[in-house]
Amino acid sequence: MSITVEEIKLPRLASVGKVTQLRVAASEWTKLHSLRSTRWSFLVAIVLTVGLPSLFAAITASHWNHMSLREQANRHPLDIALAGVNLSQLAIAVLGVLVITGEYSTGMIRASLAAVPKRLPVLWAKAAIFAVVTFVLMVGPVVAAFFISQAILNGHHILQISFSANGVTRAVLGGALYLTLIGVFALAVGAIVRNTAGAIAAFAGLFFVVPPLLNILPQNWNQSISEYMPDSAGRAIFDLHHGLHTLSPAGGLALFAGYCALALAVAAVLLVRRDA
Amino acid sequence: MIEAETLTKDYGAKRAVDGLSFTVRPGIVTGFLGPNGSGKSTTMRLILGLDAPSGGRVLVNGKRYRDHASPLHEVGALLEARSVHTGRSAQNHLLALAHTHGISRRRVADLIDLVGLHDVARRRAGKFSLGMGQRLGIATALLGDPATLLLDEPVNGLDPEGIHWIRNLLKGLAAEGRTVFVSSHLMAEMALTADHLIVIGRGRLIADTSVEDFVRRASGSVVRVRAPEATRLRDLLLGDGVAVSSPESGVLEVTGLTTDLVGETAAANAVVLHELTLVQASLEEAFMELTRDDVEYKAGVVAEPEEVAA
Repeated sequence: MSITVEEIKLPRLASVGKVTQLRVAASEWTKLHSLRSTRWSFLVAIVLTVGLPSLFAAITASHWNHMSLREQANRHPLDIALAGVNLSQLAIAVLGVLVITGEYSTGMIRASLAAVPKRLPVLWAKAAIFAVVTFVLMVGPVVAAFFISQAILNGHHILQISFSANGVTRAVLGGALYLTLIGVFALAVGAIVRNTAGAIAAFAGLFFVVPPLLNILPQNWNQSISEYMPDSAGRAIFDLHHGLHTLSPAGGLALFAGYCALALAVAAVLLVRRDA
Repeated sequence: MIEAETLTKDYGAKRAVDGLSFTVRPGIVTGFLGPNGSGKSTTMRLILGLDAPSGGRVLVNGKRYRDHASPLHEVGALLEARSVHTGRSAQNHLLALAHTHGISRRRVADLIDLVGLHDVARRRAGKFSLGMGQRLGIATALLGDPATLLLDEPVNGLDPEGIHWIRNLLKGLAAEGRTVFVSSHLMAEMALTADHLIVIGRGRLIADTSVEDFVRRASGSVVRVRAPEATRLRDLLLGDGVAVSSPESGVLEVTGLTTDLVGETAAANAVVLHELTLVQASLEEAFMELTRDDVEYKAGVVAEPEEVAA
């Protein structure tokens, strides 16, 4: 096979565009939807979000008559409806980490930063696209989980609550918002740590290891500290009732969003300063 | 056009690039040569702004790379280390990068055809062979129709047909007036492709010269003499600035003298010569000669365990 020079002449580009934040967002959208890990993570998150409340509703309904009055009184329909969020947050967080650490582990980051050498637009676009996609994909399943679990419980005439009841809509939508913010937080942790295993460990440590450790502290310390921890602040967004030592939904949202902003700010400074 | 001014890069205590100054001009292929570990890849990362220099600066087409509004139109780069997400298809990889500059799908399709990846464009890049990976890297470099091309070891993993292809491509791109800067540790490859050479060793500039000058300068013209009385001839030839070695019995290799002078000395002393030739060093030998002291890791030497910098 012979190849002539004429055959491999590079076609000229008619017009060359400038790098804009919107174009970088389009790029990040293409990156996000073109990976299998994205589809699998969201599929797992959706199945858990809907499946777990359905399972718990069925179990609660079938055991209802064997429960003590006190046990029955401790059941709350929203706890059941939002049970899946507690687990699916892990799938969302892992994906949030991978969105950025996947670029470091494969070397893609070099191509990304060569295309956008000012760097920050890449971080903003990643966070924004991932947040929007997570909210859009998860709000449906979270709402569906509420209605499906209610329908199962309704079959046994127990634990009924209206979607329009005081605070219920807010709590259910808060569940989707919580998943969105946890994804952004995990993405920022990924950008800071730059290594998949390390970032997941850091995230899990902060959300699942440190909170129980606080129980070792004297109770009055624990009570005054733990409500300000990221996990408690985040949880306040989708709790129906807030007690003496938990933040209000708005307070929790503000604090958790603040943690996300802080993590993103640290990630931004490091992204600009460190060698890629 | 690439202009480096006393470019320096330290990684901890180790100086990878040490006060490099050079200019890479448009319209020709410039080879960037050096042994492995001499700082070629680091220099390329500094040009692209992936790493920040510890000192000095490097400009591309008159500006720092990061200050360009359309970076991919200024520089197309193929880095030695792979820069592709293994889970993404070649097509989506190129599309994602194209989006950042508003480059069309049509262009992405054209480039996939140009590098011959049409049949595998929808396959995950992680499944690509080394050669296919290189072709995807080259397509990535050409995406923005760049004025300057920066290619780190582009023939790595390519088959002979692919090597021929890239040689023609590089020459064609230079002929269009682009700046083409190609690194290699293989001298022979550069001899066929490059017009100009920038040679570095241990991060320092060793030579900035045309290919012909490089050979002439480094070879120092060796004269090979075969004579029955080799030992007597050696004693006659030795003098200021003349070195004589004897690779085998009856053969001398003389540096510092022309063939004329060796012949005349032999005739004047009635020494019989069986052979008298000027040995032109190959580019490869010239390169070895120039970088001998600058090879970071030599074979046959047991290295002391290196202290790991924190």
